[in-house]
Amino acid sequence: MNIRIRQGAVALAVLATVAGCAGTGASRVSSADYDKDAAAVMAASFREQGIVKTDRLTQDEVMVACSKFGHSLDDDLRERFQAAALAEVKWPSDGKYIGDWKEGEKIAQSGRGLTWTDKPDAANGGNCYNCHRITKKEISYGTIGPSLYQYGKVHGSTEATQKYVWAKIWNPNAYSACTNMPRFGTHGILDEKQIRHIVALLLDPKSPVNAE
Amino acid sequence: MKNSTYAACVVASAFMFATPVLADATAEGIAKYREALAEGNPAELWEMRGEELWKEARGPKKATLEKCDLGQGPGVVKGVFVTLPRHFADTGRVQDLESRLLTCMETLQGIPADEVAKTPFGKGEQKNIEALVAWISAESRGMKFNLPMAHPEEKRMYEIGKRAFNYRGGTHDFGCVTCHGEDGKRIRLQDLPNLTKGPDAARGFGSWPAYRVSSGELWSMQRRLNDCFRQQRFPYPMYGSDVTVALSSYLGVTANGTVESIAPAIKR
Repeated sequence: MNIRIRQGAVALAVLATVAGCAGTGASRVSSADYDKDAAAVMAASFREQGIVKTDRLTQDEVMVACSKFGHSLDDDLRERFQAAALAEVKWPSDGKYIGDWKEGEKIAQSGRGLTWTDKPDAANGGNCYNCHRITKKEISYGTIGPSLYQYGKVHGSTEATQKYVWAKIWNPNAYSACTNMPRFGTHGILDEKQIRHIVALLLDPKSPVNAE
Repeated sequence: MKNSTYAACVVASAFMFATPVLADATAEGIAKYREALAEGNPAELWEMRGEELWKEARGPKKATLEKCDLGQGPGVVKGVFVTLPRHFADTGRVQDLESRLLTCMETLQGIPADEVAKTPFGKGEQKNIEALVAWISAESRGMKFNLPMAHPEEKRMYEIGKRAFNYRGGTHDFGCVTCHGEDGKRIRLQDLPNLTKGPDAARGFGSWPAYRVSSGELWSMQRRLNDCFRQQRFPYPMYGSDVTVALSSYLGVTANGTVESIAPAIKR
């Protein structure tokens, strides 16, 4: 009994010493120091190539926070980012949200655009199938995002849904700050016409997303 | 002995990659893939050339690489691949296999490192690097990653790599973490390793260099990372740059002690 207590005390003392050392070590190089080093390394390691300039590395406030906190932002930041994202959504100039689903399917299939091997004048794709299931027919789909198969059938094609889908594509941070999904409208990846076609792919009752 | 290990690796690769490959690739790709599996991993051709290159007197100094120190002393090749990147006292830097080979080529053979670094993948001296990394990685086949972390610079590069992995930017807000931060995800039909966790990091990081069936080329880790950044819509990472070494440090340390390296693997 006595022995056990003594061993326990020794173990505690050792732990305290180790913790003390670890504390001293950690204070020598702080996480903020590594942040600074990482920023310097990012700035020094890349060069421009083709259409891609080094300004692609410039982060806005959202990118900085999402890089640091991942999907676990605190509530204040989340609410602020989501409100700001929704406020900057550019709504369709003619008030029409629905385009041609056949064109939308082509855009959803295309992964082209904005890499250093892409041409400056080539139309950008939406990369949608890389991450989402969309039509029944296309079995080569990714799973980073949720399935969108039968999206319109489930949610209907009311104006509220059309606006939601439009904003989600324009700037998905409007509903889910630090989402994996790109800000297609905000960053000019897709234009108004292309977004209209993708909204049609998801919501038009005749689109294979909903008809099949 | 070598052949049986090798056959086991080919079978393991087939299990790991057969499903995504068959559904994703073109008919031509499938045919090439089957051919490759039937005949074994063509990376062996690069391995053989790499072993010859190591012993070949080359460059302005007409010297071999046999005195090259990859971390375990001059000339030691067995087992070094699973300990890189690591800190080297002579350069004062943490180096991955490829940046270390540049140092050896320059100091021993007189081949300017800057020029090799600027050479496009698959051309000139870069072709020789492909062969060398194929052979050197094969000499650690079946071993677990065991990157050292005792030197403060090793710890620093790991921490920088972790931040680079999570760095989201560019037109698409992508970072490495977008595709490689969760379990069981796919792009199209391609399975994505979760590189933030041990066994997946070892499977991902421990597969490169790899023979790519779709292009018939052998891709080094530097080339693999380069193409990741391309697809992220990031600018061009310079060959052997600190961001590439730091990422390898992060992936390698995360892989430490988990599953065995199968590099050079065979990939889609």
